[in-house]
Amino acid sequence: MSAAPEPVPVPVSGAGPAAPPPSLDVRGLAFAYPDGHQALYGIDLRIERGERVALLGPNGAGKTTLVLHLNGILTPGHGTVVVGGLPVAGRHLREIRRRVGIVFQDPDDQLFLPTVAEDVAFGPANFGVAGEALQARVHAALAAVGMAEHGDRSPLHLSGGQRRRVALATVLACEPEILVLDEPSSNLDPVARRELAEVLLGLDTTMLMVTHDLPYALQLCPRSVVLDDGVVVADGPTRELLSDPELLGRHRLELPYGFSLSP
Amino acid sequence: MGAGHSHPLHLPGASPVHRLPAEVKIVAAFLGVLCVVATPREAFPVFGGYLLLLAAVWAVARIPPGWILRRSVIEAPFVVLAVLLPVTGGAPYVELDWLGLTLSEPGLLGAWNILVKGTLGVLTSLTLAATTPLRDLLLGLQRLHAPAIVVTIATLMLRYVDVIAAEARRMRLARISRGHDPRFLWQAGATAKGVGSLFVRSYERGERVHLAMLSRGFTGRMPRLSDAVTTRRHWLTGLSPVAVAAALAVTGWVIT
Repeated sequence: MSAAPEPVPVPVSGAGPAAPPPSLDVRGLAFAYPDGHQALYGIDLRIERGERVALLGPNGAGKTTLVLHLNGILTPGHGTVVVGGLPVAGRHLREIRRRVGIVFQDPDDQLFLPTVAEDVAFGPANFGVAGEALQARVHAALAAVGMAEHGDRSPLHLSGGQRRRVALATVLACEPEILVLDEPSSNLDPVARRELAEVLLGLDTTMLMVTHDLPYALQLCPRSVVLDDGVVVADGPTRELLSDPELLGRHRLELPYGFSLSP
Repeated sequence: MGAGHSHPLHLPGASPVHRLPAEVKIVAAFLGVLCVVATPREAFPVFGGYLLLLAAVWAVARIPPGWILRRSVIEAPFVVLAVLLPVTGGAPYVELDWLGLTLSEPGLLGAWNILVKGTLGVLTSLTLAATTPLRDLLLGLQRLHAPAIVVTIATLMLRYVDVIAAEARRMRLARISRGHDPRFLWQAGATAKGVGSLFVRSYERGERVHLAMLSRGFTGRMPRLSDAVTTRRHWLTGLSPVAVAAALAVTGWVIT
């Protein structure tokens, strides 16, 4: 585990010349909002294909700002973002948005069409999938989240957990290189939370999960990155980070009451 | 509304009328109303013919006439206007002996014109609404090349009107839970401020929805999500009542 105040580059392990490019490679990313507020000060983050990484940090640490850089909604002031070997830049923004699947925190923001199936079809249809291939994508994505039966329903009539899983399906249908989840466990009851975890564990997509839910991070992500005040302050195995109360305390993170972890 | 939604003007079913593609029904209803409007108002029996034609469509669609009639009360305000015309219209006048009233003859004809054409128009629209889910109406408009932005806005409205209504309900509950009672005039301000903050919240939600749409490759044009094909047969079936309506309109011109 590393807990330095500076950005810590991730050691590249076993990346031979034939290895596929990392799913995500962020280098020296800095960003200030138009009002002058500097949100990110030089972020370095490399995520290999198939990794599941939790992005932890207090409110206002810059997590959402970082996420919005990954698919080019925000443009970096400095530094680069590369997704699966393709730099995030105007020319291939469409392909980048296909490769980076963001599941937003509130499913009601994500599900905007009158039926579940249409919403799941929206992404792939934008990326040029049509006809039977589109139907197949929709079916596969809904099946992957256990919602195949509900394609014709309105998102309004689903439970919170079902809505969250459909929101996940809308992004899975685009077959992303990396799945980015913003607070996936918020507002879920314990059963829905567990069901979502089971769905996520069953996927072999690279995953970056932004969360305050530390036990969830521990359950789903072998590796965690702590972001605070716009810099990466720690990067290592989740269990090691979470069993360091001093580190957690310094960055306004804490395990729920009654939890403690041994390293 | 589409699957799962219930809206008071839609009667779910699987009749041939329900199964027709929405765009065919929209065009048929529109042309049908045009025929009604084009009919001279003195051609009294022809309007009976239109009503019979609608009744035939209801029979095929298995819509109970009472169901339609109960919903046609939305026409009531126009009826009030029509009733005023005979009283306020000009000469020549007709005496109604049994009531002791003098009514304007052009006013009476004008009232009849509004009443009968309005009623037939409302009944036609209700038939369209009863047999077509809102969602399909929008798809139909899209296929008829209605302006894309209008269809997109209507689609989003269809989805979010309930979300925003639920938000308003939660805000109201929270106000009431803190002793707010909007029946008192001096507390109405809080309701007004609530409307303001609801607007801001809806606006912010709009921004978040847009962000989520961009993230899934939205470029400003809604992709076509359904590839159901409308055949010539659909059009022929759907427009056959219109042919009858057109024949009725022509009859109207001939007999007056």
